[in-house]
Amino acid sequence: MNLFIEGILKAIEMILSGDREIFKITYTTLQVCLTAIFISTLIGIPFGVFLGLNSFPGKKIVLVFVNIGMGLPPVVAGLYITMLLWRSGPLGHLGLLYTTHAIVIAQVLVSLPIIIGLTSAAFQQMDSKMLMQIKALGATRFQKVGLLLRETKLAIMAAIMAGLGRVLAEVGAAMMVGGNIKGDTRILTTSMVMEVSQGNFDVAIALSFILMTLAFIITFILTSLQQRKQLV
Amino acid sequence: MKKILQLQEVKVIAKKQTLLDVPEFTLQQGDLLGVIGPNGAGKSTLLKVLSFLQAPNEGRVVYKGEEKHANTLSLDIRRRFAVAMQQPLLFDTNVQQNVVLGLKLRKENKKIINEKVDYWLNKFQIDHLAKKNALSLSGGEAQRVNLARALILEPEVLFLDEPFSALDFPTKAQLIQDLKEILNDTSTTTFFVSHDLLEIKHLTKSLAVIMNGNVEQIGYTKEVIDQPNQAVAPFLNKWKELYTL
Repeated sequence: MNLFIEGILKAIEMILSGDREIFKITYTTLQVCLTAIFISTLIGIPFGVFLGLNSFPGKKIVLVFVNIGMGLPPVVAGLYITMLLWRSGPLGHLGLLYTTHAIVIAQVLVSLPIIIGLTSAAFQQMDSKMLMQIKALGATRFQKVGLLLRETKLAIMAAIMAGLGRVLAEVGAAMMVGGNIKGDTRILTTSMVMEVSQGNFDVAIALSFILMTLAFIITFILTSLQQRKQLV
Repeated sequence: MKKILQLQEVKVIAKKQTLLDVPEFTLQQGDLLGVIGPNGAGKSTLLKVLSFLQAPNEGRVVYKGEEKHANTLSLDIRRRFAVAMQQPLLFDTNVQQNVVLGLKLRKENKKIINEKVDYWLNKFQIDHLAKKNALSLSGGEAQRVNLARALILEPEVLFLDEPFSALDFPTKAQLIQDLKEILNDTSTTTFFVSHDLLEIKHLTKSLAVIMNGNVEQIGYTKEVIDQPNQAVAPFLNKWKELYTL
């Protein structure tokens, strides 16, 4: 019990004292996670919409891979990205390994299938008569997708939040491809793992509070957007 | 009367089954045509083909004397029509936004939209519901919104696919009466699919009976009901027996 109380006190102290390293780690975490979720959303929603609305040969296979990707263990993703970015690997010349860019790539890889899978499921669930009605109303293809996105807003925002949850919680791949370098690629989750391994539970608890607060604030904003009354 | 839509040698085939086989069919401008037939006869398929929502597997769809295809290029023609289906299929926003949706998709001028929406909300007696979420309406109210959403477009042809079938009798009777007055006022060419001869008799000028994908008889509503041919007589006579109860 003492450990928890000490941890809470330490967290308050670290935040109030304006610990530069904590702010740097928090900033890097925010930067990496928001970039990753932004890229995943940008790619995942159009791809999910395409998968949900169209029939083509091999669609089932694509869906199987997307669904497998939804459960892809981050360390597996980390392993393959490390091999790709390794100095002698196919993309080694880019020099991305042990940079925040590598962490973003890993996080996109683990969150993208979630956003694609859930978006595609939401669109596949749309009533075919509604699709017909939208066409009958004189919508262009883009207008049709826009209307459907509005109608599936709850599910789409849930997909983004699920992806964000995955990104914020991700540690294995970030550790592997980022290297947890102090002042550079260290993020909240990798930092927590390191502090626990060194027995600094108070610092780890402090970091967990910051991570939870970030997750709460971002999810609160997304939930507010999700639940906002919509007007065409 | 001018021919607004024609089908020539049209066939719709799905899973090796012929759903629609219409050698010749014409919708005249200004007509109020009812289409009746048993379930699965091809009524809704005929509606979809005529309204350019579905392309036939064979044959031609002719709009004002010109052959057209139901692909993305037909958007211009589809925007001259309006369709109200059996389910109101309203969007999760207020009544007013639902009614103006088609105009907004056509990027209509805001001032014109505001003028038209007031007129049509009033015409269908739903102005008091303007700010209410469309998904919280009763069946009758939702269907009024659906019809207002279609008629606000001032379509060249109004397609109605069993819009009253899910309504209770008093609601249905009132709505049919109101719609009849509106259609008479606007002289909108209407293609009205129904499985209810009472609705057809009350609302339409002419009637087509469709059985097993074929248009078996077409003519003035009264004539078709009073003098059905051999192919449609068993179906229509069942209705007549029901009315005499």
